[in-house]
Amino acid sequence: MFRLEKRPQPSRVFAYLTPVLAVIATMFAGGLLFAALGKNPVEAIRTIFWDPLFGEFAFYYRPQLLVKGGPLILIAIGLSLGFRAGIWNIGAEGQYIVGAICGAAVALAFYPLDAWYIFPLMILAGALGGMLWAMIPALLKVKFGTNEILVSLMLVYVAENLLASMALGLLKNPEGHGFPGSRNLKEYPSAYNEPILVLDRIPEPDTCSGISGLFECARSGSYNVVADFSSGMHWGVLTAFIAVIFAYVLLNRHMLGFSIRLTGEAPRAARFSGVSPTRIILFCLGISGMMAGLAGMFEVSGPSGQVSIDFNVGYGFTAIIVAFLGRLHPIGILLAGLLMALTYIGGEIAQGNLGLPSAAIQLFQGMLLFFLLAVDMLTNYRIRLVKREAA
Amino acid sequence: MTGTLLSIRGLTKAYPGVVANDSVSFDIGAGEIHALLGENGAGKSTLVKMIYGLVKPDSGAMQMRGAAFAPPEPRAARAAGVAMVFQHFSLFDALDVSENIALGMEDPPPLRDLAARIRTVSEEYGLPLDPYRTVGGLSAGERQRVEIIRCLLQDPKLLIMDEPTSVLTPQEVGILFETLNKLRDEGTSILYISHKLEEIRTLCDTATILRLGKNVGTCDPRETTARQMAEMMVGSELQTPKGAGGTPGAVMLDVSGLSLPAPTKFGTALKNVHLRLHAGEVLGIGGVAGNGQDELLAALSGEIRASRDAIRLKGQDIGHLGPTARRQRGLLAAPEERLGHAAAPDMSLTENALLTGAVREGLTTNGFLRWGKARDFAETIIKTFDVRTPGPDNAARSLSGGNLQKFVIGREVLQRPEVLVVNQPTWGVDASAAAAIRQALLDLAGNGTAVLVISQDLDELMEVADHFAALNEGRLSDTRHTGDLTIEEIGLMMGGAHDGMEVAHVQA
Repeated sequence: MFRLEKRPQPSRVFAYLTPVLAVIATMFAGGLLFAALGKNPVEAIRTIFWDPLFGEFAFYYRPQLLVKGGPLILIAIGLSLGFRAGIWNIGAEGQYIVGAICGAAVALAFYPLDAWYIFPLMILAGALGGMLWAMIPALLKVKFGTNEILVSLMLVYVAENLLASMALGLLKNPEGHGFPGSRNLKEYPSAYNEPILVLDRIPEPDTCSGISGLFECARSGSYNVVADFSSGMHWGVLTAFIAVIFAYVLLNRHMLGFSIRLTGEAPRAARFSGVSPTRIILFCLGISGMMAGLAGMFEVSGPSGQVSIDFNVGYGFTAIIVAFLGRLHPIGILLAGLLMALTYIGGEIAQGNLGLPSAAIQLFQGMLLFFLLAVDMLTNYRIRLVKREAA
Repeated sequence: MTGTLLSIRGLTKAYPGVVANDSVSFDIGAGEIHALLGENGAGKSTLVKMIYGLVKPDSGAMQMRGAAFAPPEPRAARAAGVAMVFQHFSLFDALDVSENIALGMEDPPPLRDLAARIRTVSEEYGLPLDPYRTVGGLSAGERQRVEIIRCLLQDPKLLIMDEPTSVLTPQEVGILFETLNKLRDEGTSILYISHKLEEIRTLCDTATILRLGKNVGTCDPRETTARQMAEMMVGSELQTPKGAGGTPGAVMLDVSGLSLPAPTKFGTALKNVHLRLHAGEVLGIGGVAGNGQDELLAALSGEIRASRDAIRLKGQDIGHLGPTARRQRGLLAAPEERLGHAAAPDMSLTENALLTGAVREGLTTNGFLRWGKARDFAETIIKTFDVRTPGPDNAARSLSGGNLQKFVIGREVLQRPEVLVVNQPTWGVDASAAAAIRQALLDLAGNGTAVLVISQDLDELMEVADHFAALNEGRLSDTRHTGDLTIEEIGLMMGGAHDGMEVAHVQA
């Protein structure tokens, strides 16, 4: 018989080991799942985890890792600050949308003016938009004691409708032949969140004939060929890295970060210590909204390019998984964001090459969080084998 | 006293790293009140849990009236006639008395019948209790009655009581003792756990003393002095804290007309509290738990803001200031609840040193933390107050209650407070740690700090305090000189018999 025993202190070894264990367990259970679907489990796992990094077309996928990982990391960093304090912003998806709308609106308001200050203004607008959207649950919580989980989540659906209305109305491209969606910001240099650190410039599709099928695929999507051959680095990814450093310094070296952690660990002790709960709620929701808004703005002005009805693809929700997978630790989140991006990209390849249903891939990603939560217990408990006693 | 009810032979229980009970043997006679005495961590709880079927012994055996007794779970122990009143009540505030009692029964009768039985039993044993009252509105003493009656309804042969008087006024203690004596006369055995020696001497027939998991002796408490028993408990001679006997100086803290609404539904409102605290003075505030102690501490520490002029520190209005600003001005506090209030359980001692020390110890520059300095401060506390821990990187929750309490009190004392407010400074702390903490408070007062000690332990207050006042339902009595007080007067003050004083304040 097994028995769980509480450890006198959390195990440091297991705090680092559990994410790795969770990934291994997910691979195993995912393999079983894929086998049950009649696919070769080893091949499926290899396609998801190996091919994007080291496979034949890795040069195409590796930059995607940053493009997809950037917003996840940026949003998750913001969320993790609140989660550390026990403030549950579940509505990052909505703040992401509003940040994108605000950023794009600034750009479109200046169109077609060519000026250096447009992009910085867009950054500011995106940050403010996301922050203000998050301030709604924050102020309601502070003033009326509402539950920020419910309010922030419901505001996601409000934001989605706002997005649809913008794509069909105010921000619709006047030269778009009546199609929904705004102008493409990639074609407006002053507003374009262009790739930085371009590694390799525009190989013509026909010069790499062996993989032309892939390019057909890439071009039929909304991908920009120039960006695909860059490192994948854009201003949003850079901002995400800065956010990682900022969060690390804040949490480990600054009184405010200490107050945030204290509020999460022991709210009464925080109050006794002199931390104002109101200030922490406003700060945490504000900054997580701001980071989600920034992520949205960088996405709309870069990889996505336009405000469209289906602009948001769930980064704001996935970032919750990323934050927990990364143990709410900035460096952990950096790694978790890249890992999650990997399963996204690998999952897409597996869908295309092996014909795995997309639901199976989502299930696979969900398993990761479940396994993490399950093995997390080992940080605080140890398993002991005890002899069965006669009752 | 005829024959043995429960015979305990060689009970041993080891946990990782500690032997909680090491071959403990003793007998509880039928119809006797048997005291189980020992410091915190001596193994009293483990022993009682084994009798009650919550913990299985590693070796050893028990016999109930000659038959083997090894309850695998509390239900079996209850079936064998063992009942227990825990120190911490397991009652639901929102339910009424009879509902609470029904919840704990295997097979509850209809509520109406149960209420009638509760009435009968409560009258029979002199424990008045209305079965239809909501538990949230009951005092701690009344809550305990609910627990006792819950046990009595099972018609127990052995009643275990874990520190029952810690929440009672002297008068309530008197009522409880009458009930217990009546039970004994009817043939019920009582295992009475306590560390209050005088109580044991008045109530109990036999006392078994545990130290570090071992039975170090059985004695007749009526024949043994409290000091002898205490020394058996501790295993060494006791040091009685000595005050420096300084003369009180200027008024440091002046609380006048402090009224605050109850912070939570089951909290206590503070009503027109007046007190004056002088430099070098120790003011003790007594009272039964739940009469506004937590609220008074929160109002003084700044966790709850009051009106601007309700609290004055050295003549300055500070009622509207938060904890950090008050600390800056020299008013420090240590709340009762160690884990979760005075300290963050999962944070290291270094981080916990930062929790209140940031301002006065200069542990930050421009908001950035100086970990090295915080660690030094934690180490100083550990060294000065003899906190037993491998080092400042250990989590607060890994410390024993007494050690963490030394850390918490030491953290405030070392910040050279001008006014220090502590709530239950030695609650759940073993005798030697308690003596060290009291000595530290007295030394602080000797050096001119004004010290306010809120405590439910009257012996402690009599030992350290120059002046005494009592809290009752959020009202504070007049302050009296400790030396002039009799235990009866204190009981009356705690019970709220200070109406004359209220009128005086209204007139003032």
